[in-house]
Amino acid sequence: MFTKKQLLTKGLLSVAPHMFSVIPFGIVCGAIGIELGFSPVLVYAMSIIIFGGASQIVFLQLLSGGASALIAVTSVGVINSRHLLYGAVLSEYLEKLSFIKKLLISYLVVDQGFAESNKFFQKNKNETHLHYHLLGSGGTLWVCWQISTLAGIILGSFVPEELGLKFAVPLTFIAIVVQDIKKLDHVIVMITCGLSSLLFFDAPFKSYIIISPIIALFVAALVLKLKK
Amino acid sequence: MTWLSIIIAGIITYFTRMTMVALVDRDLLGEKVKAVLAYVPSAVFPAIIFPGIFINDYGTFIEINDPKIFGAIIAILVGYFSRNVIATIISGLFSYWIIIFLL
Repeated sequence: MFTKKQLLTKGLLSVAPHMFSVIPFGIVCGAIGIELGFSPVLVYAMSIIIFGGASQIVFLQLLSGGASALIAVTSVGVINSRHLLYGAVLSEYLEKLSFIKKLLISYLVVDQGFAESNKFFQKNKNETHLHYHLLGSGGTLWVCWQISTLAGIILGSFVPEELGLKFAVPLTFIAIVVQDIKKLDHVIVMITCGLSSLLFFDAPFKSYIIISPIIALFVAALVLKLKK
Repeated sequence: MTWLSIIIAGIITYFTRMTMVALVDRDLLGEKVKAVLAYVPSAVFPAIIFPGIFINDYGTFIEINDPKIFGAIIAILVGYFSRNVIATIISGLFSYWIIIFLL
């Protein structure tokens, strides 16, 4: 059994390496907002209110490109709908929490935190205070996101575009899934998702980000059936 | 107007995070669904990885000799053998930078 503090620390440490991608991306995110002509307060407020990297950029790009607020808001909802899948996975481990605690911890469910905490949960199903791990991972990501978007807002145009810092984003997710390429079933699911995302990239509201996981999960169901 | 949109977008985003954790009873999900959910990381993250590599800022496909493809291959190899997140990210970024700045 781990203590609450140990779990919190483990959560923190599990996402710490992802800072090499989260911080550059946060800086880019803040800088883009300023570059597009939005007020610093507004750009920063999004990091607290929405707290979702890619969706924040898309939202500002759409608005500055003359899209209606409805389209911008819908796009944010569609891009972030993938959290529904994370929640469905995590609910197994958060079942015993009180309703209030569930409401609070949900705010911290983000990509890398979900990925790392889920890996830990799968190996430690019987721990009592599992949610502290998620608190550690999600909380760390939250703090870093706040600081790095702020830094981007302040640095603004000083961030050289040629560096291509956004490339750190796919790399961080490669690091998350790369060990699963040993398993054929996972490879099939990954390739299905990846190819679908390219195929549906131009679908409205950035919906490729949820269409391709759904297709990939159907393929996963099929794979499971064939395995039996 | 922009502020209102941000707040609505924030509320919607919060609901995407909270609904399955706090509102939906897990027993509603059948055993088959739960088994499929084990594939969620593999079914979601490639939708971030592939476009991040193969599609550029203008929404068009990159060339086959684009340095990002090289960077991604290096990152996959380093990540697979080192099992280290930092090494994966840094090796990918550096191999990408080496090509665009030095070659």
